[in-house]
Amino acid sequence: MSSPEAPATEEAEAPVTDEVREEVLAELREDLGDAIVGTHIVPGQDLWVRVTKDAWQQAGFALRDGAGFKMFEFVSAIDWLPSPWGKSEDSPTDEVVETEPAEIVTGYAGGDTRFQVFARAHSQTRKMGVTLKVDVPEDDFSLPTWIPVFAGANWHERETREMFGIDFVGHPHLVNIYLPGEFEGHPLRKDFPLLARHVKPWPGIVDIEPMPGDESEEGEEG
Amino acid sequence: MAAITDRQRLAYANAQAADGRVNLEFETDEGMTLNMGPQHPATHGTLRIVVKLDGEQVLSCEPVMGYMHRGYEKLTEVRTYPQVTTLINRIDWLGSFANEVPFILAAERLMEIEAPPRAQWIRTALFELSRIANISLFVGDMALHIGAMTAAFYAFRDREFVLNQIEAATGGRFHPNFDRIGGLKDDLPKGWIADTKAAMERIRDFCDEMEILVEGNEIFEARTRGIGVIPAEVAMQFGLTGANLRASGVDWDLRRDEPVGLAWNEVDWNVITHPDGDSFARFWVRLQEIRESTRIVDQLLDGLPAGPYMAKVPRIIKVPEGEAWVATENPLGEMGYYVVSQGGLGPFRVKIRTASFNNVSVVPWVCRGVYVPDVITILASLYFILGDIDR
Repeated sequence: MSSPEAPATEEAEAPVTDEVREEVLAELREDLGDAIVGTHIVPGQDLWVRVTKDAWQQAGFALRDGAGFKMFEFVSAIDWLPSPWGKSEDSPTDEVVETEPAEIVTGYAGGDTRFQVFARAHSQTRKMGVTLKVDVPEDDFSLPTWIPVFAGANWHERETREMFGIDFVGHPHLVNIYLPGEFEGHPLRKDFPLLARHVKPWPGIVDIEPMPGDESEEGEEG
Repeated sequence: MAAITDRQRLAYANAQAADGRVNLEFETDEGMTLNMGPQHPATHGTLRIVVKLDGEQVLSCEPVMGYMHRGYEKLTEVRTYPQVTTLINRIDWLGSFANEVPFILAAERLMEIEAPPRAQWIRTALFELSRIANISLFVGDMALHIGAMTAAFYAFRDREFVLNQIEAATGGRFHPNFDRIGGLKDDLPKGWIADTKAAMERIRDFCDEMEILVEGNEIFEARTRGIGVIPAEVAMQFGLTGANLRASGVDWDLRRDEPVGLAWNEVDWNVITHPDGDSFARFWVRLQEIRESTRIVDQLLDGLPAGPYMAKVPRIIKVPEGEAWVATENPLGEMGYYVVSQGGLGPFRVKIRTASFNNVSVVPWVCRGVYVPDVITILASLYFILGDIDR
């Protein structure tokens, strides 16, 4: 294995500064005003914006036309409920320890409801993307469709509808995309059990038990 | 000839009824319904396309998916981070190594660790090797759908040289499972660099061969020029990425524009675009991209930095709370993982954004008004892997 020493190459160009994302945020605020209820910036990495439900479609247009994020990435949802079935991380031979159900903890840009829809668009001129989030309350479980904003949202919304049960108002053909038509339940909700794990507990967890003689968990990779 | 028994007659009637049920949901008063797939050879797996015809012309078409849906987004929620890479190898099975990279990068971003330079350069080289293996098969496959059998055999033959190199380095031809949080499983084996360069030479010959065989062929040109034109605005609306977007004249490549810590910007290569946006453009862009990839691999192997191939990471990997999105330019287009962690051993939610899902969603738009045989060439030129649509 003889390989010549690499030419001294510093870490590729200077990281994108925070100001770029602040600028995008300011532009969005100008268009949307009070509709923005939460934001989060990880400097040099990403921007999250949470909008109100009423402004969901408007936020899409503001992002596409106002701020110039013309490339569509995806629409999907998150169920923030801590899984009532645990993470199947326990060894099947261990005794089951009853724990109290954990609180709902939402991620970046906050949130008030169990379900959130999030979507992402990309700008080729700014060379960055934005993640939009919106709360979907369970008593009014619907959102306006994003098809007028990005035609590609069509299939993503069908997938989100079948996996989480969220209704997209104005979608022309909201039928199941992956699951059979008569399928009951919404598989990506946290309270939908993964039956394979209930029939046979996962043995793989044994692999990450500490090795005998290991004092601390933080042993280093050899 | 033996008489048909009642039993056979009944079985036939049942089969007819079953066919009728399948088509029921798509029947309207106008046009004729034609089912392509799920077992059609042009669908790379089990995609079914229901085409509504007026004579030879397509009135509308509707892809039906889900025959291969494996629910990876659900399965990742009950696995630890190192276990997830085994799963996501199977998304785009022709370029498996490339699937692992964005997920590992997202986990590394949340853990705020960075792989050492040597690991990143080897990652990039293996990434490009999976691109070559994937797309060289496309080149043969596209010709096959137009009726040129020979090209497909050449593609399978020459792809094997690349797969051998991937196998020599990782131990797996199709599912390497070689990328680790913080680096790689292992260093490169002895003699691998020379062998890989020889394989790259071979692939460049393959590209020349394909250009002589296919491009300029009258039948090939007639079947692909001006067929299935996707304008740039439409491509962006539907979220098309990869060669499909570049064939519409959009100069955009995540490898150059957002290399997220990999080594593409350290070497000299070009982004290939074509202004036409038709089936031929998509074929041509991909063929040229193989050439560029071989150049990238050669240069990466020449300048491979010395040093460790693994950063210092805890033996039990716990990812701190947070959310991260990392996307890379995979063989089929942009693939990204949106990883939500709540500080556990495994991810809380993983949204897998695959290239083929968006690329194929343009099919109903682009297939309106074309003729039946053109549906096949359009599907072939959009180039999707079923595992990449269905996840």
